[in-house]
Amino acid sequence: MTAATTEPVTSRGESNLLGFSLPLVALLGAFLGFIAGNAAGWPLIGAIAGVVVGAGVTYLAGTSLREKRATGRWAVIGVCALLGLLVGGLGGLVGGAIVGAILGWVAYWLVRGDYRKGVPPYATAGQVLWHNAFLFICGLIFFFLIAPIMVVIPLSFNAEAFFTFTPEMLALDPEGYSLRHYRDFFSNSDWQLAMRNSLIIAPFATIIAVSLGTLAAIGLSQSHVPGRQAIMAILISPMIVPLIISATGMFFFYSAMGNWLEDNLGFSRELTGYIKVILAHAALGIPFVIITVTATLVGFDRSLTRASANLGAGPVKTFFSVQMPLILPGVISGGLFAFITSFDEVVVVLFVGAAAQKTLPWQMFIGLREQISPTILAVATILVTFSIILLTTVELLRRRSERLRGMSPG
Amino acid sequence: MTDATAQDKIAGPTPDTAIRDAERADGPMLAADGRPLKKSLASALRRQKIRALLLIAPLLIFIMFTFIIPIGQMLFRSVENQIVSETLPRTVAALDGYDSESGPPSGEVFAALTRDMVVAAELKNHTRLGSRLNYETTGLSSLFRQAGRGVDDIGEDYTDAFVDANEAWEEGETWVRLLANEGWIVASDEWAAREEAAGRGFDELPPRFVFADGVEEALPRTTEMYADFAAVLRTEDGDSPVDEEPWNIVYLSLYEDLAANPDAPAAFEGAEAELLAEAAEIAAGLEPFDYTAAFEEIDEDWLGEDVWGTIDAFSSDYTAGYFAASADRKLTPDGIQPVDEDQRVYGTLFLRTMLMSLGITVSCIALGYPVAWLLANLPLRTANVLMILVLLPFWTSLLVRTSAWKVLLQQQGVINDILVWLGLVSDSNRLIMINNQFGTIVAMTHILLPFMILPLYSVMKTIPPSYLRAAKSLGATNWTAFWRVYFPQSVPGIGAGSILVFILAIGYYITPEIVGGTKGVFISNRIAYHISTSLNWGLAAALGTILLALVLVLYWLYDRIVGIDNVKLGG
Repeated sequence: MTAATTEPVTSRGESNLLGFSLPLVALLGAFLGFIAGNAAGWPLIGAIAGVVVGAGVTYLAGTSLREKRATGRWAVIGVCALLGLLVGGLGGLVGGAIVGAILGWVAYWLVRGDYRKGVPPYATAGQVLWHNAFLFICGLIFFFLIAPIMVVIPLSFNAEAFFTFTPEMLALDPEGYSLRHYRDFFSNSDWQLAMRNSLIIAPFATIIAVSLGTLAAIGLSQSHVPGRQAIMAILISPMIVPLIISATGMFFFYSAMGNWLEDNLGFSRELTGYIKVILAHAALGIPFVIITVTATLVGFDRSLTRASANLGAGPVKTFFSVQMPLILPGVISGGLFAFITSFDEVVVVLFVGAAAQKTLPWQMFIGLREQISPTILAVATILVTFSIILLTTVELLRRRSERLRGMSPG
Repeated sequence: MTDATAQDKIAGPTPDTAIRDAERADGPMLAADGRPLKKSLASALRRQKIRALLLIAPLLIFIMFTFIIPIGQMLFRSVENQIVSETLPRTVAALDGYDSESGPPSGEVFAALTRDMVVAAELKNHTRLGSRLNYETTGLSSLFRQAGRGVDDIGEDYTDAFVDANEAWEEGETWVRLLANEGWIVASDEWAAREEAAGRGFDELPPRFVFADGVEEALPRTTEMYADFAAVLRTEDGDSPVDEEPWNIVYLSLYEDLAANPDAPAAFEGAEAELLAEAAEIAAGLEPFDYTAAFEEIDEDWLGEDVWGTIDAFSSDYTAGYFAASADRKLTPDGIQPVDEDQRVYGTLFLRTMLMSLGITVSCIALGYPVAWLLANLPLRTANVLMILVLLPFWTSLLVRTSAWKVLLQQQGVINDILVWLGLVSDSNRLIMINNQFGTIVAMTHILLPFMILPLYSVMKTIPPSYLRAAKSLGATNWTAFWRVYFPQSVPGIGAGSILVFILAIGYYITPEIVGGTKGVFISNRIAYHISTSLNWGLAAALGTILLALVLVLYWLYDRIVGIDNVKLGG
């Protein structure tokens, strides 16, 4: 416990103002000021301003504004935003406000000793440092996960045909933003065809996958299934086999099948194209349905079906009025998985489909590989919104399913 | 046991009577319907099994048809090689026992090749065979194309000789009278009459050609070629040979038959016998044809060892050639040999795919472990909120994430712009972060990270935090407590996540294609290239088979470590 004595902490667990918090915040201020100043052309002046603001806010936070945290933080945001506005206009205002918010938060965090919150009171300085460093690292990883997706959203409103932020955008100039890429998406026939195809193929593939998959999952969850392991392995295989291999295999087989359909049943080329892609996507979506529905059925109380049979319901009636409502959340989330699998799928449709079956991801793939058009970013934004909706639905369903299962007897 | 229903008047089996029967009888215990209980249970179990299987059957058949059979067919295609023996059947038969080191093959082989090539050129199959063999030895494609044009004229002199002697040889009808069966001639005439009557849009094929009795024994070579001629005419043009002059090679065959067997006309009667006898006299005055010289004239490479070695090596119906090519080897007449140093791509590519997948897996562990730990140890409410940050990328389209990385990593992209704006990098040397291995690894780590975090999280969730506290209270340092107590318990999660990420990574195609450039592509990109650009489907199938075998081994490991049933989605 020798380390504890060197810890710059007062007896009440609050840090030493002049010896610890103030220099740290001043250093951070210098760093942020240097970066901001560098962008404006005067790094040294920026660093000095940062030191002054950082030290000032920490001193105030430690003395007169100690209990008025909101006031102190708003004050420093205001000061920094003003400085930013003077140097860099509207964009500077936002940048300054961000710097101010960081400085204000860090100052109070240090001064009030909040940084020790997550660790037990007896932790050494090293442990506290490690704990906070760990949280910081995790924060960076979360940033790494989410930032690439988020960066696409503002860029999709770019007024120029660029893949990066223009100076006008950074200055928050309304001229820098426009909806032209969205307009392009909704007026361009290629994109519209792709969107239509995606909306035709994915639902059909989902219906096939869900109806067959649910039936099979119910069969698999019976107590006596001969060769359950082998059957499961076969049904899950489309998820395990790399897509490129599935696509290669399907390419050979489905082109022969398509020719057969055209020659013997007189189907049009377009119809066979859709049939091929839908069947392929249904096969890819099935493992997801099987996995989610079997997982739901694990918690299903079998005595309910027996009770229903006892009360005179036939197997069909039992299925639709007793079993189905209880496993519905699992079925729907399996369906959503199957839907998104088909909706996102590129490799198989590239190999199996013809140009008439071009889907949204296919069009994006072409766009990324050949003619780079920022319309992709607009599409990406729409898809991100779409996936947020899907994610929310699935989460809600999962919770509902857990609640239902918690309520069911047994 | 009191028997409340002892006096009832129910006829037939009831549970009570069954129990009474069972008590009375010395035999096996009986079920309600009077059958032995054991049998009754067994049949109930069988019914249950059948019902379960009936529920599974539709999907199983569906998957078999839409997935397993296509994959199986691909595996088959990686060894299948019928194109050589189908296109050049006579040549392959004649090559039996040929050794390419003894120089070009005999005239017999060239004679067989001439006949095969005439048929193949008429069916336009020779270019397909040429491109197939071109994968093995470059230059064969053009050689076959040239030969396809050249073989038409082989035997022209003999045609001229016969026709000069008697113009009747020029007529298709002469040949039909000479060779065809009476019944066929009648059928053919009827067909011609129907065609005449129907006019345009008549699509009935003429009757299949039938030889007269004894003709095939008398003129074996001629009839063999004529049969091919009639068959090609029938399937390709829908025509009857009655009005068509045969190919030059038929005349040449006739000459060879007559030269070998001057008594052949004896097998015929009437006008045909005279015609043939006359032809036999002409044949006696002609020189035998030198096939070898004819091919040498078309291109002297036809006498080279390369050509014949390749044809011989790939003459069997099944070949290991595609697998040899996948391993940078070549099927040569002397067995399997490594290809030239500068043509070795697949070894490097497989190695690179493995190493980069390994790199991606390691970075996923490094980034996923702390996050999973944090999520597993935070209060549930906070963890659920943070979990959204993991699940959102998981649910976002792969193309969206890939395009986001393209936007970020480009030379004119967001990261470079920020670095330049901050003055860390000068505008003239922007960092090259895309179209190389770095780009692939970063983008794929981001894309596959949720697949690492989710299994890790579900394993860590089951490790009681009290273990760590107990270890520390027993005097362990933070590091020892983590390394000796917590980490070993989280290893199953690392194993599950790693195998999942690794399996997904080695089969990736889209992301390496877009951000990988030339140095950052995977074996999948090569497979796609062979499918859509080089059209070497057999090689694509062989590469796919190797990759599949690799994945199945990993999958088996995954099953051993985690179990297929324990695959979880979305936390």
